[in-house]
Amino acid sequence: MIEVKEQKQTYATRFERIEAGVVEGGSASLLAIRKAAFSRFTELGFPTTKHEEWQYTNIAPIAEAEFERMETDTASGSIDDIAPFNFGACAATLVFMNGKFAPHLSAVGNLHEGIRARSLADALSSDDPLITRHLARHAKFDEHAFTALNTAMMEDGAFVYIPPGVVVEQPIHLIYLTSSAQPGSYHPRNLFVLGSSSQATLVESYAGLEGTRYFSNPVTEIVTEAGAVLDHYKIVRESDEAFHVSTLQLHQHQGSNASSTTVSMNGRLVRNDIRTLLDGDGCDCTLNGVQVIDGTQHVDNHLVVDHAKPNCNSREFFKNVLNGKSRGVFSGRIMVREDAQKTDAKQTNQSLLLSEDAQVDSKPQLEILADDVKCTHGATIGQLDEDAVFYLQSRGLDFETARSLLVYAFAREVIDEVRIDGLRNQLDELLIARLPQGQLLRERL
Amino acid sequence: MLEIRNLQANVEGKEILKGINLTVAAGEIHSIMGPNGSGKSTLAQVLAGRDTYEVTEGEILFEGKDLLELSPDERAGEGLFLAFQYPVEIPGVTTNYFLKAALNAVRKYRGEDELDAMDFLAHIKEKAELVDIPQDLLKRAINEGFSGGEKKRNEVFQMAVLEPKLSVLDETDSGLDIDALRIVANGVNQLRSPQRAGIVITHYQRLLDYIVPDFVHVLVDGRIVQSGDKDLALHLEDKGYGWIREDVPGGEPVAS
Ligand SMILES: Nc1ncnc2c1ncn2[C@@H]1O[C@H](COP(=O)(O)OP(=O)(O)O)[C@@H](O)[C@H]1O
Ligand SMILES: [Mg+2]
Repeated sequence: MIEVKEQKQTYATRFERIEAGVVEGGSASLLAIRKAAFSRFTELGFPTTKHEEWQYTNIAPIAEAEFERMETDTASGSIDDIAPFNFGACAATLVFMNGKFAPHLSAVGNLHEGIRARSLADALSSDDPLITRHLARHAKFDEHAFTALNTAMMEDGAFVYIPPGVVVEQPIHLIYLTSSAQPGSYHPRNLFVLGSSSQATLVESYAGLEGTRYFSNPVTEIVTEAGAVLDHYKIVRESDEAFHVSTLQLHQHQGSNASSTTVSMNGRLVRNDIRTLLDGDGCDCTLNGVQVIDGTQHVDNHLVVDHAKPNCNSREFFKNVLNGKSRGVFSGRIMVREDAQKTDAKQTNQSLLLSEDAQVDSKPQLEILADDVKCTHGATIGQLDEDAVFYLQSRGLDFETARSLLVYAFAREVIDEVRIDGLRNQLDELLIARLPQGQLLRERL
Repeated sequence: MLEIRNLQANVEGKEILKGINLTVAAGEIHSIMGPNGSGKSTLAQVLAGRDTYEVTEGEILFEGKDLLELSPDERAGEGLFLAFQYPVEIPGVTTNYFLKAALNAVRKYRGEDELDAMDFLAHIKEKAELVDIPQDLLKRAINEGFSGGEKKRNEVFQMAVLEPKLSVLDETDSGLDIDALRIVANGVNQLRSPQRAGIVITHYQRLLDYIVPDFVHVLVDGRIVQSGDKDLALHLEDKGYGWIREDVPGGEPVAS
């Protein structure tokens, strides 16, 4: 407890700097929100495992660690550092080194007129009315200490706006790379607004160079106005010593269609809160995810699908592959409010345990207040099918390769759905690299 | 090629194989018949190396090598192939995809060059024509949603691709209509050569009209109780397994 108090003190000192304007803080209205968020964080404190939503995920190492604000040189990072994360042509690539926008590594050149893709720090200093309207208006911080902390502390991130009716063919890619040898923390904040009937693809890559130790606390708010179509991907490949606690908040208006895929591969502790508010008639939402983890990794995916309006469909499909002593958590809450008649909600969570010491907890929660709805959920937890392993072995594949092939097939089901060819190939490579006989498998296939 | 001596095997502590003796020479086809539950599939699975079956006695020599010392994949490399009675469905892995990995693993084991994508495609195209298996079936997940007949055909196709020395077919005829049966038998017969051998497990005589065996063995309660030539199969078809203790034309009772 003492450590937690001290830690709060560290954050309080930091917050004073923001209040004093040492750190660029944005408009007066935002400062008021920051203050409210910080005071909420102070009240809530870091959650313990006694908190229902944090029952399976112990974040004490984050609370206890002395993570200072990550300092960075704006010129840090090179094209080579970024190369592993590129996957082909993008409409815009915004690179953040140690949490701070790195213009020399970014490319925002050839955007259709009216599209805005810029750093949040930049947007904050220019008083963009869209910022005032949307920033911190969607991701609720009153019950979430980490979102509160982000809201109080945010300094940089990405702000993207797609005007009504505009279709952006190529993806917009945000790369967050930590390279600092000094441990530290940062709070990326992304705001993505899709105007009515617009279409866009957003990819968020979070990564750290080997050996870096940090706490990344990103919050992404995405608004899809009426009829907009969003394709969103988030790839977590943080360093092995990193903590990643994130919130994705989607706010969907009438007839909009959003799909979001979360792929968690690397990181010591990863918690993804993925929430969508279906706030208009006839929305579609697909939330996919896959995590392939090993060692003592811990990955917790926490989903909330809030059906607030009628005639909306939601699909959740999450897969876990756990090896070593890793631990996975899936929590999926589906809320169907009184108004939300003709809701069609489906949730699937499948886990594959590759070792006896791996563990997974899967927790579906349904709260249904409307009567004319279709809600299904299913969770399976299993080991590799021994009959299948033997079948493959009898054809000449050695035991480990046979197992790897089955794991690959299991996880591929999510990756197959990725609609950007280059990204799908990149994820395929990442997946193969994480399999015990991946290299061999790649050569043979 | 294959020599099984006094093979005894248990499953979950229950004795299933109670002393099997069988010698298969290169160029021969042996048929094993017998009532349900007599241990035919157990024998096939033990040959392929399934570890749920515990071998308690006896030995198996394959081209002079101790088969029981080898893992299932090494056995495949040595040239053993089992067409499963119940082929396994494997979601997410297409037949083509996994066969390339399997063929190259087996070729590597045999000291042959691995095939590149082009050569592999040519190879499987030829084999697919041989067993008349539609290409689109091979692009689907292994056996997933296949009909009984399609699964069996896929087994014979895989056999043709991997070109084993000894093929063990476990009830490959069950679930096949007469046309499919002919195609499957044709696939097997194409593989027949003085260097190769086969064990055909069935409990219908009709397959043996198409794959004519050199020897027929009757397995009852974990033992081979009768061996003979192809006429033994006809006799069994007529009389069932009740007569087994009697003398039969063409049959030689096996000394126990
Ligand atoms: N995996 C297993 N677990 C338990 N019993 C088995 C298993 N496999 C076979 N058996 C038993 O062994 C006996 C022989 O089975 P099997 O070899 O499948 O016979 P067949 O193929 O001749 O019909 C049967 O009594 C069957 O129930
Ligand atoms: Mg059988």
